[in-house]
Amino acid sequence: MNFSRRTLLGASAAVAAVAATSACSATPGGGGGQAVGDTIKLGLNYELSGAVATYGQASVDGITMAIDEVNAAGGVADKQIELIKYDNKSDAAEATTLANKLMTQDGVLACMGPATSGNFKATIPVANKNQVPVVSGSATADDVTWNGTELQEYAFRICFNDSFQGTIMAKFAAENLGAKTAVIIKDNSNDYSKGLAAAFTEEFGNLGGSIAGEEAFVAGDTDFNTILTRIKGQSFDVVYLPGYYSEAGLIIKQARELGITAPILGGDGFDSPKLLELGGAAALNDIYFTNHYSSIDQDPKVIEFIAAFKEKHGEEPSAFNALGYDLGHFVADAVGRASELTGSAIQQAMASTKGFVGVTGTFDMDEHHNPVKTIVVIGLKDGVQDTSEKIG
Amino acid sequence: MATFKRVGLRALPFVASYLIVLGLMNAGVINDYVFSIIVTICVNIILASSLNLVTGFTGQFSLGHAGFMAVGAYTCALICINLGPVVGEVPAFLIGMFAGALAAAVIGTLVGLPTLRLRGDYLAIATLGMAEIIRVVMLNLHITNGAAGLSGIPQVVDWNWVFLFTALTLVVLWNYIRSSQGRRAIAVREDEIAAEAIGVNTTAAKVQAFTIGAFFAGIGGGLYASYFFLIKPDQFGFLKSIDILVIVVLGGLGSLSGTVIAAILLAIVSTVLAEFSDVRMIIYSLVLVLIMIFRPGGLMGSREISDTILGRVFKRGKATEGAL
Repeated sequence: MNFSRRTLLGASAAVAAVAATSACSATPGGGGGQAVGDTIKLGLNYELSGAVATYGQASVDGITMAIDEVNAAGGVADKQIELIKYDNKSDAAEATTLANKLMTQDGVLACMGPATSGNFKATIPVANKNQVPVVSGSATADDVTWNGTELQEYAFRICFNDSFQGTIMAKFAAENLGAKTAVIIKDNSNDYSKGLAAAFTEEFGNLGGSIAGEEAFVAGDTDFNTILTRIKGQSFDVVYLPGYYSEAGLIIKQARELGITAPILGGDGFDSPKLLELGGAAALNDIYFTNHYSSIDQDPKVIEFIAAFKEKHGEEPSAFNALGYDLGHFVADAVGRASELTGSAIQQAMASTKGFVGVTGTFDMDEHHNPVKTIVVIGLKDGVQDTSEKIG
Repeated sequence: MATFKRVGLRALPFVASYLIVLGLMNAGVINDYVFSIIVTICVNIILASSLNLVTGFTGQFSLGHAGFMAVGAYTCALICINLGPVVGEVPAFLIGMFAGALAAAVIGTLVGLPTLRLRGDYLAIATLGMAEIIRVVMLNLHITNGAAGLSGIPQVVDWNWVFLFTALTLVVLWNYIRSSQGRRAIAVREDEIAAEAIGVNTTAAKVQAFTIGAFFAGIGGGLYASYFFLIKPDQFGFLKSIDILVIVVLGGLGSLSGTVIAAILLAIVSTVLAEFSDVRMIIYSLVLVLIMIFRPGGLMGSREISDTILGRVFKRGKATEGAL
């Protein structure tokens, strides 16, 4: 009998040990985003490994540079900013878990990232619950902060949304290029491409243009001769190709080889050095795409940013670098303007942002937590940026 | 009385872990972050133990478990979103869980009937293909919102629900394996021809285990959708199936307690490594390689906790008791 009680105790101890190990990393968190100690803690919840690691890594490079600048200039509210960086493995559930960790355990005042819309959305309910703002530099899906009926109170972004790109490109095609008819080639496997195509079609129609044909491909395809041959038989003024550089580069190359000389238009998915590698300089003429910023912009702030970035990383900054850089400054600016160092005060400061000057443009925050900013249309000549025009 | 005591002893780990987590939550030691890890562990336990039934106990190598999880997750999410405002969040969640598990089970049966006649590598490829088909369907259906996935799923799941479904899964599977149906499945694993020779309907045994496995994968998926409030097709890819399989193999094919231990262990390793993003995957993989080198049969082999020292101590205790 005695024995049995002892074994029972032993078993409970074993179970307790298991439960305790799973909780061992727990320390009572600051909770609710309170500033603790001499530094202001900001969280980075980014895709540092996995499918979209390049976006996460590029964003973090930009953010780190911005925060280093802020700290070198004395920090904000007389405190230095400390970044706490985690890798969400490009996984939405992991992004949720890490948002919980940053907010309830590390006690950050605000979180930056994730870079992609889906993963960013996965952190928003956590932000609303804990009253800690989350800001993304590159979540461009239309419904991220406002789905038409409901505002996500603690979520912000500093980039334009997808449909805006389609709208602006339609305007550019009709007004700047004088196009009357267009052909659309879209990637049927992703919503980004479908969203851009839909917005382009609508606005182009409003401006009196017509869509002569629509073709679709799937991410991962490499041979596009079938759809391009079909297009070649039609008459049109421009081709709208909302897709990522990996397929767009090949499509452009194959289209030019088939003798399609009409201007080819795209979105920010074109913004990669890989486009030149895949397409070849000879094919990359009469290419226009909407983007967050242009590296040939003559704005002194842009020139200064590019020089500083090149010095630090030895390469031209991409749009993700630029957006990350703006994101870092945006958050630091909001912390500096907040009436007190709490998540809700910073949220109010972010919502009331007016005239923030960044390398990706000057913007105000609208009532749906989207920035009102200009878009840049970049023209390529022999594969390098030749013209850039701000529309918006 | 003896039976009652044995059931009591079996229930002890369940009751204890429930109370400990509840107590630590109330004491504020378990914050949202630690709780989300516990939910991940529980979902993984459900998924891996149901896969263990198929792969470990019935000996059918399946690479499509994420597909069943996706069916459960999407069904539950859609019902929670659309029915929630009408009948209330909790009833909608329960209907969703049940419907999701049922949908997964139906698909499991439909897929199982033709494919379970295949063996080994062929079955693995067939189930892999099935999971990919499910993922691509989710990617292209309008109702599932394509690549962007479903967001804004009401978060009904708390510790009570997580515990309930995890315990339910383990208890049902444990009893199934020890039933005559379960022994039939184990006979198929040990030697299919011999099993057939003694009158076991091997196809029926395999399809049954596959269906039950799919049912609980659906439960795991529903729980996942409800807690993480966002699901998209790329979460249910090939790698998710592999992740689940890793837990099963690491814990030991044919050991439910091994699965539980492996799920907890891997979650801890992955959590500790979250801060070292550069070397995270290297160390994680290294841990897997080392465990497989030193324990090729998995942590528990095909034994259960009750077969080990701890269990022997218990049995000795009972023997002494009987003598008294």
